[in-house]
Order: sequence, then C-alpha cells, then structure tokens
Amino acid sequence: MTLKKNILALRQKKAIVEKGGGDKAIEKQVAMGKMTARDRILALLDAGSFHEYDLFVEHEERNFGMDGKELPGDGVITGTGTINGAPICIYAQDFTVMGGSLGLKHARKITKIMDHALKMKMPCIGINDSGGARIQEGIGALAGYGEIFYRNTMASGVIPQISVILGPCAGGAVYSPALTDFVFVVENISKMFITGPNVIETVLGEKISQEDLGGARVHAEITGNAHFYALSEMECLDQIKELISLIPHSNQFKAVKVEPKEPSFPKSIENIIPADPKQPYDVREVIYALADDSKFLEVQELWAPNIVIGFGRMNGDTVGFVANQPMYLAGVLDCDASDKAARFIRYCDAFNIPIITLEDMPGYLPGVDQEHAGVIRHGAKMLYAYSEATVAKVTVILRKAYGGGYIAMNSRHLGADFMFAWPGAEIAVMGPEGAANIIFRKEIMEAEDEDAMRQQKVQEYIEKFANPYVAASKGYIDAVIEPLETRELLLHALEVSKNKDDYRPAKKHGIPPF
Amino acid sequence: MTQETQEYVDFAVTARKYKTLLTKKYINRKVWNEPSPYEIQSFIPGTIIQISVQEGQIVKEGEPLLILEAMKMLNRIEMPFTAKIKKINVKVGDRLPKETLMIELEPVDE
Repeated sequence: MTLKKNILALRQKKAIVEKGGGDKAIEKQVAMGKMTARDRILALLDAGSFHEYDLFVEHEERNFGMDGKELPGDGVITGTGTINGAPICIYAQDFTVMGGSLGLKHARKITKIMDHALKMKMPCIGINDSGGARIQEGIGALAGYGEIFYRNTMASGVIPQISVILGPCAGGAVYSPALTDFVFVVENISKMFITGPNVIETVLGEKISQEDLGGARVHAEITGNAHFYALSEMECLDQIKELISLIPHSNQFKAVKVEPKEPSFPKSIENIIPADPKQPYDVREVIYALADDSKFLEVQELWAPNIVIGFGRMNGDTVGFVANQPMYLAGVLDCDASDKAARFIRYCDAFNIPIITLEDMPGYLPGVDQEHAGVIRHGAKMLYAYSEATVAKVTVILRKAYGGGYIAMNSRHLGADFMFAWPGAEIAVMGPEGAANIIFRKEIMEAEDEDAMRQQKVQEYIEKFANPYVAASKGYIDAVIEPLETRELLLHALEVSKNKDDYRPAKKHGIPPF
Repeated sequence: MTQETQEYVDFAVTARKYKTLLTKKYINRKVWNEPSPYEIQSFIPGTIIQISVQEGQIVKEGEPLLILEAMKMLNRIEMPFTAKIKKINVKVGDRLPKETLMIELEPVDE
C-alpha cells in the first residue's frame, strides 16, 4: 500500500514540475508564437523516446529574495532520446521559468548532459530560449556559462553539437552556440546579440530594433552566425532531423549509409554551364546532377552565397560539397566565402566526411573593404583547412580556375587526391584578358589597331594556355573528363579512397589564421 | 530565397566583366573615400559637449576644437595643423554617428 502511495506522490511531484512556469507563463509563451520547451523536445524526438533527468534539481541561491523561491527544473529540461532511431542528448531552456535565466544549477544540468553525450558518443542538441544570466546568482551564473563553453570546446570535433535558437540568446549566452557546429534560427523568434539595443542606444546613440540587430535573417545573411534559417519552429525541427540523418554521430563512426539512388535532376549535366565564362548559372544544379537522388542539404545558404557548401550522398554515403557559385559575385572568393568554406572543410575532416570541390571561380574579390577586412588572413583559412584535411579530397574544375583561387580550391598542390577537369576548363594564372594585356603589352601598344591586336592576343592566350591541357601535361590534373562521366568518376574516386591514410607530423595543434 | 527581385549586372573582376547577382552585404559595403585633412570627422559615435572655436577663426596646431563625449569618455579633439575654421556643422548637445563631418578647415596664407 505504501508503495502505491509513494508512486502517486511521485506522479504528483512530477506533474507539478513538468508544468514549468505554470499555466499563465505558458499562455504568454504561446502568445509570443513560441512552443514550450517540453513541446519542442517532444516534437523533435521520436515519439515516446524522450527520457528526462534532473527534474528535481533546485537552485541554492539565498540572496535577493531567492531563498525558498521554487524554480521548476531550474529553468531547463535535460534528457536523452532518439531521432530516427539515433540516440541523442538534448536540453531545452524553459522561458516560462524565470525567463529561462541561467543559474549555476541550470548550467550544471546542461554540463551533465553534455558530459554524458561526450562519454556515450552521441550528438548534443541545445535549445536556447533564455533571458540570459540569472542576475541574483551573480558570479554563479558566470561560472555556469564558463563551464558550458569549456565542454563545448572539449566536445568540438568529437561529437556533433547543435544549437537551436528559439527565443532570446543574449550576452555571454551567445558563445555556447558560437562554439557549436551548427546554429539553427527561426524568423521572428531568434534574437542573438552580445549587447542589446538598449545598451547600444545609451552608449552610442544608435537606435536599432532587436530584429535588425540580431534577428534570424541578420545572422543567416549578414553575420554568418547561423547555419540554418527557417520560417517556423516546425520547419526548423525538420531541418535538424534531416541534418542528423546525414552526419556521423561521433568522429569514430561513419554516417548511416542509405540505399544508393541515381540522381533524378531532369536537366542534363551537359546543359547547365554556359560555355561563355562570363555567363552565370546556379552551381547547385551541378550538385543535383551529381548527388544521390539529387538531394543536397545546403548549409549557410544565405550568407556568402558566392560559395555553396552542404551535404549530399554518393553511393549512399555522406559527402561534403564545396562549390563556387557564379550566380553571386561571379563566384569570387572573399573574406566571408573563405571563412564559410574553411569551417565546413574542417567539419568534414573532423567527422571523416569526404569532400568534393566543384570549381568555377575568377579570383578574389578586389576592394579596399576586402583588404581592410583582412582578406589575407581570412583567405588563408581556406588554404589551411584544405591542406590540413586528411579525408578523401576530390576536385572537379568545371570552367574557370584562375590565380590564387585555383590554388585555394583544393588544388593538387594542397593535397587533392583526385583532380578532374572538364574539357572547357580554363586553368591559368589569371583571366585571358588580363594575362594578354601584360604579356603582349608592347605588341598591343605598337599595333595600328590596338583593340584588334588585343583581341587576337587574348584568343592566342586562350588557345595556348587557358585550357585544361597545360595543367594536365604537368600532371596537376589527373584526367580531363566529359561532364557526363563526372558522377561515375567521383563514385570511383571515393570508392578507391576508402582506406586513405594520410599522416601529419605530430603536434599539439596547428595555428590556423583564426 | 536569396534571389528576390534582383537582376544580373556586369561585375568586374580584374580585366573581365561577369554577369552575376550582387549580395545585400556587397551592395551595402562601405565605399572607400580618401580622407581629407581639411575635414574633422567624429571617430566614434558620441555627443558634442563643448565647442571652443568659431567660424573664421585661425586656430593653431594642438589647440582644442571641441569635446566629444563617447563611451563616458570626454574626448578632446585638437587642431591637427594650423588652419582657419571654414565651417562648423555641429552644435553643443548634438548626438553624432561615427564619421560625421564636424568641422571643415581651410588653409591660411603664410
């Protein structure tokens, strides 16, 4: 009889805490167009798979009227569950409990589940919806953030870490997401900044709304802090599920292989790229024409769209694609594009995902703003990332490969395993016009008709040098291939690279140009 | 999603022009202007607390022009070289964004 009584008491206790901040606070949360923390977890995980821990953890603060104040779960829900059968650790901050503010015990619940994820080798997903540090707890809250950042860093490159911003995430709180692999944001709901609009206005007199300062679109398009942008929470949760299905769940495993499927993209790969190197096209169509089932999950779609990165599958296995995008800024490399690609390359390398590079780029973006923004050190990140990576690295030069960009885009010289070029590829130190102007300067200046002479010399240069055969004659290109052969050759290259072993000198760690 | 209602434009990279779309960030980038020594700009957003000179006055190098309060600091802006005050574009109490033209100078005949 007493057992039955105890069980009933437990159920009662649980029911109270599971309500979080109570009906009124939940009503407010819903009125803001947001789901509750618990609903978010339940919607993301497989039905019936969520198991919660530390439900009865309580804060220990005694100052500022906190003594005896009950904060259910201390404002965060933690537990384990599965997504499409794959085990994951998850935590979700509960905005209905004191604004989801982070105190020491709240943070300790998070670090406990992170430690678990790292030990058990599974992805860790954090749903952020918090007003920030619990001011009453003072240094305790700061300690809590610091302990989370430390674990984010320890787990980096070992298990996937995913941050979902479904509410405010301000001040020190932003640095946990920034340290994780992928940040998901939702229009009108996500707000991220170090100092908010009030402080900015007081100190600097600059007036700006939360949305314009650090809304979802800003981080997806301008800052590059976000990797996935959704219009609703449900769309966001679907994006997470798709990503989880594509990535390995620790650096010791491979992503789950699926049944290989031929591409279904209706356009022939031969008809995507205009022959005129000045004309744009959408390089994602080339990826659709190459990837299994023509499926491609693009990462950071809106930020630095002049380079395209993302995951697809080849023969059922996950691969990373890096491709210049001639549709935007002619596909040039700039600070943001280099930054974006470099981090993605390092992600793929850390998790043993082969990298396919599709190259069609005219060079680096000229401009005072670029030089002063540090295009030298940002550009260097990409050279570092490709050189450092030991996963299988395959490049296909689709059309243009000029100058420093040719080197940067996973060239043979940075350790590419396979270099293919389409027959129309122009591999040269610079575009033919620029090269002809320099090399034949005298002839052009002395000619009666300068323009005609220039045209003639440009043509000569294209025929002699701006083609794939010079590079092929030196062995820098392994094969000049027909577009229709590309998928087959890529599949083969990945197949024969399966046991790739590439050693690097022993070191504590390198010093990339962060 | 990024396309919106953009049009392909000519975009020069070295000697060749490419047809392409521009990004919002590129369109909004800061275009470089060579700084003129005769223009005193605010180097930080702030508030004008005091103005020590008048239009038409000849001011010697190192003498105070105005005080710009920013981030709770009183920044004394000094005359970079001896010159005449051509125009004062601000008044006490003005809150300025960064790089606002505060004072215009003109050379003095030796």
